Amino acid sequence: MKLFRFSSPAIFYPLAGKMIPWFAALAAATILVGLFWAFFETPDRLGGTNPQKEYYRIIFIHVPAAWLSMWIYLVVAAYCAIGLAFNTRLSFMMANAAAPTGAIFTFLALWTGAFWGRTSWGTWWDWDPRLTSELILLFLYIGYIALHSAIDDQRRADRASALLAIVGLVMIPIIFWSINCPDPNECAALHQRSDMSNMEPNILSSMLIVTFGFWMYSFVAIFMRLRGIILSREADTTWVKELVAKEQGQ
Amino acid sequence: MRRRTDVLTTLFFFVIVVSLFPLGVGTEKQVLRMLGPGVVWVAALLASMLALERLFAADHEDGTLEQMLLTPQPLSVLVLAKVVAHWLLTGLPLVLIAPLIALQYHLPEPARMAMMLSLLVGTPILSLVGAIGAALTLGLRGGGVLLSLLILPLYIPVLVYGAGAVTVSTIDFADTRPYFSLLGAFLLLALIFAPLTTAAALRISIE
Repeated sequence: MKLFRFSSPAIFYPLAGKMIPWFAALAAATILVGLFWAFFETPDRLGGTNPQKEYYRIIFIHVPAAWLSMWIYLVVAAYCAIGLAFNTRLSFMMANAAAPTGAIFTFLALWTGAFWGRTSWGTWWDWDPRLTSELILLFLYIGYIALHSAIDDQRRADRASALLAIVGLVMIPIIFWSINCPDPNECAALHQRSDMSNMEPNILSSMLIVTFGFWMYSFVAIFMRLRGIILSREADTTWVKELVAKEQGQ
Repeated sequence: MRRRTDVLTTLFFFVIVVSLFPLGVGTEKQVLRMLGPGVVWVAALLASMLALERLFAADHEDGTLEQMLLTPQPLSVLVLAKVVAHWLLTGLPLVLIAPLIALQYHLPEPARMAMMLSLLVGTPILSLVGAIGAALTLGLRGGGVLLSLLILPLYIPVLVYGAGAVTVSTIDFADTRPYFSLLGAFLLLALIFAPLTTAAALRISIE
C-alpha cells in the first residue's frame, strides 16, 4: 500500500523536517490573528444578568487547550492501535511524541481554568465534573508516559504503553460518566452548561481560530519531538549514519 | 501467594489504614459516619493495589509463567483462574472484615450490610482490572508504584459507586439498587474483557 511508504522512519524524517516550518508559520499566524480578534473585536462582557467581565477572555486559551488535550489523547490511542495492529514502528514513535504535548495542553487547561475559577467562582479549585475529568485525563497521560519510560526494552515499552493507552481510552467513557453521575438517578451538577449556538459569533470564531492555531502548533511540537525520537532510536541504521556524516561534512 | 504473610499483610494493611483515619481527622461520630464509606473504599483500593504486585511476580521469577504461555489452554482462562485465586486470598478477607470496620466508623446496620455487599461485588473488579496493570509492569524496577500510577485512575468508577452505595444505604437501603446494578454491570464487563487484555499484556511483557 502506498500509504505505508510514509510509515518508514527514513522517509518520514526528512518529510517532517520539511513540514515543520509550514505548520509553524500557520500556527503563529492563526494564533496571532485569533488572539488579536479575541482581545479587540469581542464584547467586554459575557452573559446576561450577571455578566462576566474582562476575565472571561482566558477562555480563548482555556477552551482550545482543553479541546486539544482530549483530541490528542484520541490521536495517541489511535496511533497505538495502528502500531499494535500493523506493527509499524513509526506509529509508536508518533504516539510517544504526541503524549507530552497532550499532557501539556491538559495542564494548561487546568491552570487557566483555576485562574478563571478564582475570579468567577471565587475558588481555585472545585470538584466540578468537567474539572475532575480533565484532572483524570492528566493522570492517564502521566501513566502512559511513566510506563513507557520505565521499560528499557524498546519494543516492550512501545507495545505495553500502547495497550495501556487503549485500555484507558475504553475506560474513559465509564470514568467520565461516573464522575458526572455519582448518583445514578440524576446526573451532572455542572457549574455552567456550555452551548455553542448561543455564543456571540465574534467570541466563537476567535476561539475556533485559536484552536486551529494550537492544533498547528501541536504538529510542530510533535514533529520536532518525533524527529528526535527517530534519530535516537534509529541511530544504528545506515541512513542515520549517512545523515550524520553528511551534516558533519558540511 | 505461597506464604501466609501474603494474605495477612494485605488484610492488616487495610485494617491499619482504616484505623489511622480517625486519629487524623478526629473521632467525632458525625464526621466518621460521613467519611466512613469513602475511607474504607479508598483503603480497599490501596490494599488491592498492594497485593497485585505479587499476582504474577513469583510465577515470573521461577519460569512458571512462561510454561503457562506455552500450554494449549487459552491464556485468558489461566489468567482468570489466577485472578480468582488471588481475590479469594486478598479480596475476600476485606469483605469479611468489613462489618467490624463499619462498627469502628459507627455506621448503622443497613450500611454495614451495604459495605459488605459493595466490597463483595467491587473488589473482584479491582483484581480483574488491576491484573492488566500487574501484567504490564511485570518484572520492572519500582513496579509497585508504577502500577498504582497506571491503575488507580481506572478504579474511579468502582470507588464512586461502591462508596456511593454505602452512603446512600445510611438513608434508605432500597435506594442502593441502581448502585449495585452498575457495580454488577462493571463486574460482568471486567470478567469478559479483563482476562483477555491481561493475556495480551502478559504476551507483550514476556515475548
